[in-house]
Amino acid sequence: MNADQARSVLRTMWRIRAFEERVGRLKRSDEVHGLIHLSIGGEGVAAAVCGQLRDNDVVYSGHRAHGHVLAKGAPMPETMAELMGREGGLCRGMGGSMHLVDVAHGMLGATGVVGGTVPAALGSALAARMRGEDTVSVVFFGDGAVQAGTFAESVNLAALWRLPVVLVCENNGFAEFSPRSAHTPVERVSDLVAPWGIPAATVDGNDAVAVWEEFGRLLAGVRAGEGPALLEALTHRLRGHYEGDPDRYRVAVAAEEWQERDPVLRLERTGLERGWFDADEAKAVREAAHAEVEDAVAWARESPWPTPELASSLVYGS
Amino acid sequence: MTGVTTREMTYAAATNEAVHLEMARDEDVVLFGQSVAGSPDDPFLKAFGADRVRVTPISETAEIGMAAGAALAGKRPVVDCTMAEFLLVSMDQVVNEANRFHYMSGGRVTAPLVLKAGYGFTAGWAGQHTGSIYGMFMGVPGLKVALPSTPADAKGLMASAIRDDNPVLFLHHYLLLLEQGPVPEGEHLVPFGSADVKRPGSDVTVVATGWTVHRALAAAERLAADGVDVEVIDPRTIAPLDTATILTSVEKTGRLVLVDQATRHSSVATVIAGEVAEHGFSALRAPIVQVTALDASIAYAKPMEDYVLPDEDKIVAAVRGVA
Ligand SMILES: Cc1ncc(C[n+]2csc(CCOP(=O)(O)OP(=O)(O)O)c2C)c(N)n1
Ligand SMILES: [Mg+2]
Repeated sequence: MNADQARSVLRTMWRIRAFEERVGRLKRSDEVHGLIHLSIGGEGVAAAVCGQLRDNDVVYSGHRAHGHVLAKGAPMPETMAELMGREGGLCRGMGGSMHLVDVAHGMLGATGVVGGTVPAALGSALAARMRGEDTVSVVFFGDGAVQAGTFAESVNLAALWRLPVVLVCENNGFAEFSPRSAHTPVERVSDLVAPWGIPAATVDGNDAVAVWEEFGRLLAGVRAGEGPALLEALTHRLRGHYEGDPDRYRVAVAAEEWQERDPVLRLERTGLERGWFDADEAKAVREAAHAEVEDAVAWARESPWPTPELASSLVYGS
Repeated sequence: MTGVTTREMTYAAATNEAVHLEMARDEDVVLFGQSVAGSPDDPFLKAFGADRVRVTPISETAEIGMAAGAALAGKRPVVDCTMAEFLLVSMDQVVNEANRFHYMSGGRVTAPLVLKAGYGFTAGWAGQHTGSIYGMFMGVPGLKVALPSTPADAKGLMASAIRDDNPVLFLHHYLLLLEQGPVPEGEHLVPFGSADVKRPGSDVTVVATGWTVHRALAAAERLAADGVDVEVIDPRTIAPLDTATILTSVEKTGRLVLVDQATRHSSVATVIAGEVAEHGFSALRAPIVQVTALDASIAYAKPMEDYVLPDEDKIVAAVRGVA
């Protein structure tokens, strides 16, 4: 990672952090409604992975997708407007938090059904390969999704056909209210794919620099046509499973400890140490992110509600 | 409910009470699910232990298929599937395995299994989490489907579901979970295939399920003020479906409005309309009217959600149209 890359990743991380903190508040005041899952604590993975992708590389996600979408380049006002159910939103207010799509930036789909988009990433990879392109497909999913049938089926098929897909597992150690140990005796997701000959690595997801380096290495092989790869990033879900979750099933990380682990603060510290940016620059990035979020909220509030005609006209594509 | 002691409790608590009582009554009843036993002081875990109360991974196909196998081997699993849509991941197990074991074995085996799942969470949960998808299961041979609308029915139908020797899909409505109502103490069984007249009336028959029962009852109150006397019927189970009670009512009223939160072409309403058109034609004095959701996914935006769904105003307008 060089200074430019570090500044860019830091900027993305602050944009996600500021966006999601604001979404949490909007959910509490009911301007954002429905089921909201925040990725606060996991920004380093979204930023370091998507920061190395091109616009025409494809990304899929699951229920905790805001960070992936923003990191892939989706405009913040339209993303916020979608969460506020407005016509100006990425999906015209029809999809909401769990179904964000931004075709222009290669964000092709997010699902509320655990494991639902893993096979879709294979399909996009196959299509790219058949067109003779060197674009890749990335799918983000949680550690819970690894126990879904779609994961096992997709690993086999991706390996068999050597598809250019990177499986990115954000392992936060929890699926809803259960620790990973209640769901599987396998601790490391990266241990699962060896028999298929899939290169895999586990990184500290709180360390954006490590994610950047490890993902970059795997990405190079996938882009060169060597077949699929898997990256497991160990993260911490700072918020409850969903906004409103009383979160009584686990011990909260102490505030001082979180200061140490927080991926955004950690990249700030690393960047200052290595001279990638100075304190003023870091502060400016943070402030700009917060200002951008306020502008996005203001823009979204001006956007009208979708009109009833859409309800039936969108049922079929043609 | 004369002669029966009742207690006020929520629909969710009443459902749980039935599971609890059945687990106490029969040690073959076991509970599986992704969010059961959420803490060491979970009441099921405390009462019945980790052997009978099992957390499952996000592996619906294995979870439900395993439950069906345990059922063949003499257990009576209750699988808490969280949301009805998650069942779709394991559709083969639900509609082409568990449901057929009894029939295809010439009656040699049974698969007593309850799949408990919520539906209809129309509160901004968007396209994949808000559906009323019972239509997909209603016509599946061998599978029974219960849709309680009150706490008492939730308890009684759950108890019957657990004692039933077939796979039963017990669908609780998310918007009703915290609704209170009187619930009979102790053993309480609501038989399957027995509709309940939730409000007697003489002018128009309204059939509704789940959450729409309450919208229909509220509409009936408004219409009563205008002198229209509405009878509200809740089938309670849609497979088996008690058409006799509906036909008897239509004999009396000659008018039928069917309310259903499901998409129109996958609704109970459409099935009932067919039965009444065939068997109650001579009693009808007006066309049958269906107040259903549009044949569309539920959109995220609140105004769109309201637009797509049936509500009290739509029911009132439909009844006025035939009364
Ligand atoms: C097929 C399916 N089963 C169950 C659920 C309910 N559910 C939503 S999120 C979740 C946990 C997912 O855990 P993980 O994949 O680790 O992602 P995380 O929430 O930790 O980011 C579950 C079980 C679902 N959405 N889809
Ligand atoms: Mg997880």
